[in-house]
Amino acid sequence: MSMINYASREINCKLVYYGPGLGGKTTNLEFVYNKVAPGSRGKMISLATETERTLFFDFLPVDLGTIRGFKVKFHLYTVPGQVYYNASRKLILKGVDGVVFVADSQIERMDANIEAMQNLYENMTQHGYDLTRIPFVIQYNKRDLPNAAPIDELQASLNPGWPVSEPARQRLTPDPYREGEYLVSQQDGQWIERAPYFEAVALTGDGVFDTLKAISKNVVKTLG
Amino acid sequence: MSGASSWSFREDDARTIQGILAGFLGESNARTAMIVDRTGQMVAVAGESPQFDPAAFASLTAADFSANDQLARMLGEPEFGALFHQGERESMYLADVARRVILVVLFDNRTTLGMVKLRVKPAVGQLTQVFTEMFSRDGTSAPGVESEFLGEAEDEIDKLFGA
Repeated sequence: MSMINYASREINCKLVYYGPGLGGKTTNLEFVYNKVAPGSRGKMISLATETERTLFFDFLPVDLGTIRGFKVKFHLYTVPGQVYYNASRKLILKGVDGVVFVADSQIERMDANIEAMQNLYENMTQHGYDLTRIPFVIQYNKRDLPNAAPIDELQASLNPGWPVSEPARQRLTPDPYREGEYLVSQQDGQWIERAPYFEAVALTGDGVFDTLKAISKNVVKTLG
Repeated sequence: MSGASSWSFREDDARTIQGILAGFLGESNARTAMIVDRTGQMVAVAGESPQFDPAAFASLTAADFSANDQLARMLGEPEFGALFHQGERESMYLADVARRVILVVLFDNRTTLGMVKLRVKPAVGQLTQVFTEMFSRDGTSAPGVESEFLGEAEDEIDKLFGA
């Protein structure tokens, strides 16, 4: 729920990076922090343990500048990925405008990815939000590792698609980020929609800004 | 059920809220009063301008309040309506308003916790009324952003995050 403040002419949007532990959520934010011009970003806050595991969240405000008289800001959050921090994870989702799911591509982490994805759906539902109706993108991280699972397998497990019930949206919709692929398509006679996805190596920054651009553009679209 | 339901904050809302906060600051002798929404965004600031990053402060305040809310539930309380953090020179008092926003009061030794608590109650009452009315307003009555906004925002995103 983006907040439009007509008094201070500000629009603030909350983007949350979700996913399994050690998947690269904090690394995404760190890369953004290091690359965005210092004048366009605020201080990065990390509530982490002594071993640099996220305990509560990381927070990074990024300033898009003034557009048509409104100062537009994105507030980037990560959640702690470790299973037992669910209470904090759920709190961070409050008022979310867009979600990035950072999956760990390593075959060994497939179960952890699936568990985190199920947990995301559950926590969103408990807040009364519907993940299929808000901006949502998936990032397959660590694509450089030799044990990275093929994209098709990751897609089948983590992004199989959800049914599209509104007739107006039941039409072939190309994926703007990949030629020849579709976000809304028919499968076995049923219309389904998938979240856009990106391949990434967050440590080197590959795919980090592609992911952020996609989610922030989708969030901005919901303001109109 | 959906996700992105927006709420808007108009100039007349801001004036009313500033009036309430200014009145409270005058009576309590506290330094600064802020309204932070539960998602972690700064809504209003009155009194002495804080020297810290307001965005970071707001996100931590909301997290602090939400974490304590969960602790309250574990104790069988529906919520902790207020929190107090005591420092050597600076202290802060946080109070829930309409379950949607938090009133944050910063004060030093020019006043006392007792005085802040005494004066915060009527202020919370008034703010609750304003915010309840604001949230019950039809979201579609807000003016919204201009149609050119989307295109320009996309250009800025490309510029900032690399085209």
